[in-house]
Amino acid sequence: MSITVQLPTMLARLAGDTQTLEARGTTVGDALTDVIARYPALGPRLRDESGRPYGFVTFYLNDEDIRFRGGFAAPVADGDEVIVVPTVAGG
Amino acid sequence: MTATGTEPVDLSEKRDDVPELSTEELQRYSRHLLLPEVGLEGQRRLKAGRALLVGAGGLGSPLALYLAAAGVGHIGIVDFDVVDVTNLQRQVLHGTRDIGRPKLDSARDRLGDINPHVQVETYETRLTSANALEIIRDYDLVVDGTDNFPTRYLVNDACVLTGTPNVYGSIFRFEGQASVFATADGPCYRCLFREPPPPGMVPSCAEGGVLGVLPGLIGTIQATEALKLLLGIGTTLVGRLLLVDALRMQFRTLTLRRDPECPACGTRTLHELIDYEEFCGLRATHSGAGVPEVSPAELVAWRARGDAIDLVDVREPGEWALAHLAGARHVPLGALSGALDTFARDRTIVCSCKGGARSAQAARQLRAEGFDNVWSLTGGILRWRAEVDPTLPGY
Repeated sequence: MSITVQLPTMLARLAGDTQTLEARGTTVGDALTDVIARYPALGPRLRDESGRPYGFVTFYLNDEDIRFRGGFAAPVADGDEVIVVPTVAGG
Repeated sequence: MTATGTEPVDLSEKRDDVPELSTEELQRYSRHLLLPEVGLEGQRRLKAGRALLVGAGGLGSPLALYLAAAGVGHIGIVDFDVVDVTNLQRQVLHGTRDIGRPKLDSARDRLGDINPHVQVETYETRLTSANALEIIRDYDLVVDGTDNFPTRYLVNDACVLTGTPNVYGSIFRFEGQASVFATADGPCYRCLFREPPPPGMVPSCAEGGVLGVLPGLIGTIQATEALKLLLGIGTTLVGRLLLVDALRMQFRTLTLRRDPECPACGTRTLHELIDYEEFCGLRATHSGAGVPEVSPAELVAWRARGDAIDLVDVREPGEWALAHLAGARHVPLGALSGALDTFARDRTIVCSCKGGARSAQAARQLRAEGFDNVWSLTGGILRWRAEVDPTLPGY
């Protein structure tokens, strides 16, 4: 199954300057593990040392915050899009 | 404004004392009056409206300009900064001749020129847990144009506690976010980001840079939302997060739901404002807790006597390109853990950054990895510039 992971520009440099990544997996967590395997520097920016989500990076599965779909265990289907929304504070 | 948070989003309903408009005002606002959605009644609501801008910087500049031009009758601005030449690439409220002046002074001058009918109230202070509720209670809505995490959580919580809509905007490099938080039924900032990142993990615009026009884009979106809230028209960003990617020029909205476990607007276990510096983990960083510090003068002396020192600059690549100390080696903070093998354990390691916070974090990280002789350069390259080498460009 092919999932798309959308990175913000601030993280794209850790993924070979790519913002749109193809990933495989049956859950959001799987898809992230797949992209982190290819781009290890992304790992600590997307999840903590024990593999759990941070409170300051929000993941959307299509239009829905994954916290309301089971977190990293949220199931994904072919064509789904995972959007990484990092906190920023600039003003 | 009560503390129950039960006000409807349509703030205009609260107004029964809408003021009359003078002949000059009728002419000035004619393009608004021609809009059926605004009209005379709407323009009078704007005149009765009270908006508090937190921050007169990148976002605050277009916000203040457009809200004043639109005829929002009472505009409060909280800021304690002075205009610096590095502000002028994006902070269009201020000009070159304002360098060195308090931002509130240049804001008052500029807004008075744009629209003398607007009453501008200025608060030359940092918004704190001690003053936020008192200041915010006087306003119909708050527009968040701050540049740091502690103030963003403070603004959010104060808005939730007072039931004041929080028109949110935030920017970094080429990307921005906007939403409307803390309405009666809508989500708040904490529903989107439960907790702040640890200090140093997410660079600020002062460290990572920002496209000058980006706060213009996001700030005018916030101004649009503020006007809609005051007018009670349209569909606002309540319950939606707008993501703007200026590099790809993509706009996208995502659904934002109230988190039932949110301590501010969900469980409502947050009854009062807290210590936001501590919440954001900044107390330890400011004191450099547990990390030995070396001043610029001391470092100069160490180098002069020929100590075996490795100077490690942990800033972002753009900052390094702008200016760096001679003889330093560049290892961005985010790449530090992957570069441990490249450090010599028998030499003195001095970490440096812009102001001393990230270098303290880097030094702490290296010490945790077993490096014994690690120091943080106090005050970073800014203090180095002030005390050792004034030819370095500031930023």
